[in-house]
Amino acid sequence: MSPAFHEDGRRPEGYREIRFAGFGGQGIILAGLIAGKAASLFDGRNAVLTESYGPEARGGACSAGVIISDEKIFYPHVSAPDTMMIMSQEAFKTYGPAITADGLMVVDADLVTVSELKKGVRLYKVPFTALSEEVGKRIVANIVMLGAFTAVSGAVSLEAMKKSVLATVPKGTEELNMKAFQKGFDAAKALL
Amino acid sequence: MSRASDVLSGEHFINGNTASAEGAIAAGCRFFAGYPITPSTEVAERMSRRLPQIGGTFIQMEDELASMCAILGASWGGVKSMTATSGPGFSLMMENFGLGVMTETPSVIVNVMRGGPSTGLPTLAAQADVMQARWGTHGSCDVIALAPSSPQEMFDFTLRAFNLSERYRLPVMVLSDEIVGHMTEKVVIPPAEGIELFDRRKPSEPPSEGYLPFEPGPDLVPPMANAGEGYHMHVTGLTHDERGYPIITAAAQTKLVRRLCEKIRQNSRDIIACTEMETDGAEVVVVSYGISARTSWKAIRAAQRGGVKVGQLKLDTLWPFPEERVRALAGKVRGFVVPELNMGQMVYEVERCAAGQCRTRLVPHPGGETHDPADILAAIREVAA
Repeated sequence: MSPAFHEDGRRPEGYREIRFAGFGGQGIILAGLIAGKAASLFDGRNAVLTESYGPEARGGACSAGVIISDEKIFYPHVSAPDTMMIMSQEAFKTYGPAITADGLMVVDADLVTVSELKKGVRLYKVPFTALSEEVGKRIVANIVMLGAFTAVSGAVSLEAMKKSVLATVPKGTEELNMKAFQKGFDAAKALL
Repeated sequence: MSRASDVLSGEHFINGNTASAEGAIAAGCRFFAGYPITPSTEVAERMSRRLPQIGGTFIQMEDELASMCAILGASWGGVKSMTATSGPGFSLMMENFGLGVMTETPSVIVNVMRGGPSTGLPTLAAQADVMQARWGTHGSCDVIALAPSSPQEMFDFTLRAFNLSERYRLPVMVLSDEIVGHMTEKVVIPPAEGIELFDRRKPSEPPSEGYLPFEPGPDLVPPMANAGEGYHMHVTGLTHDERGYPIITAAAQTKLVRRLCEKIRQNSRDIIACTEMETDGAEVVVVSYGISARTSWKAIRAAQRGGVKVGQLKLDTLWPFPEERVRALAGKVRGFVVPELNMGQMVYEVERCAAGQCRTRLVPHPGGETHDPADILAAIREVAA
């Protein structure tokens, strides 16, 4: 029994399971936090974030799971993600197979080679990291990714996401982050 | 000492450990002594940042024995105090937890449970310290332990733990787990003026020769003077009389230990809290707590869709155990299902209270992850059949 589904296979209305994954240091958990906060505080829905990472500060596998729902969320873990944002090859290998058959996957075009993927999954490739370098700093690759996520997923409103980015990033970095967000948003929109 | 502006009123998207720290601050806690340990470290981290901003004190101690001692000392100094730890650290705190019970010292211990025995699973959840919380210190005593299942409850229950500790004068435990501690959700922190706080009752008389620091009121709880307020006091872990002086006799032991237990038992209705969902007319009741209560709900809904009448008794306080309620339900249902992230602990209490009136079915899990809701569903169906 997958906890994400009703017994008849139906998903609750508006229910989303999102997996953000990459390696430690890419800001994966922060991205999950910003997405969850956007849904919870700024879209007024229910959201829960769970995280998993290895003992390493950088370089280990890292993932954030976000569930968004209009109903109360009891089971907090992402078990059948309909949306995946993937920023490393290892993350693709580890988490990729769990995506739902009609799921949505966005990968970092330069860091992930998509070998095998379930039929029916919509795949987009956006160069999050390369685009972040264009903005000036690789550290905002996660925010580029969130821009792309907002453009293609429909899980969180654009307005809520922007508010959440601004409410979360350190003071003085707002402009850099909003630029990064827009870059990712535009790049993904162009693929739709 | 504490100001309304110290409380972070509003809506936040924060993890359970952070919420616990904010609950402590909202309760008026201004002293934290601890030794960082996964998966509880965020409580200490948050307190280390917040307490200096609001006139409080944060100390990273050399270990958990000292941490527990320090919070007891701070409490006698008149400051609400806490520590946070996990498995191995909780074991080390057990001796001085008993000192806190014996000396009737208000304080709060947050245990974000991880897999054990020993160092076990530092980064992964379990609920295997619930009996240790009850019986882990040597000697006979009654304890209070709360079990939050969400970041909101981490805030609410930590706050309540302080109120209970001040009310009944003992260290109160918050038994969380790695999943609830690290899970991030919306937490609503009410305006400071909307938060009910209980502060320890003070002696009604000024300091005098005949002052009895351990003379109980009608609720069996002695009013508490803080050190430095002019009252003569003697505080010891030895069996003592109302003066606080060691008296090593069976009579003194009987009087003191009976009262320490009775002050909890006699007030258990005020302390015990459960959340009941759809237990009216239920054939099966899932008795669960913490993260397992949330996992269970998924299975309960699935069982209900299959026509089983099943509800939930969520234990918000584990200790004292809600004996009366479980006994009453046992007379009405076919059975209890008890999922817990251990190999069987609270199930013994459920079974004891059911006293053969109905079936009790444990769904054990040694920890490291939550139950698969399918296992709980299977148990519900088995008990309903």
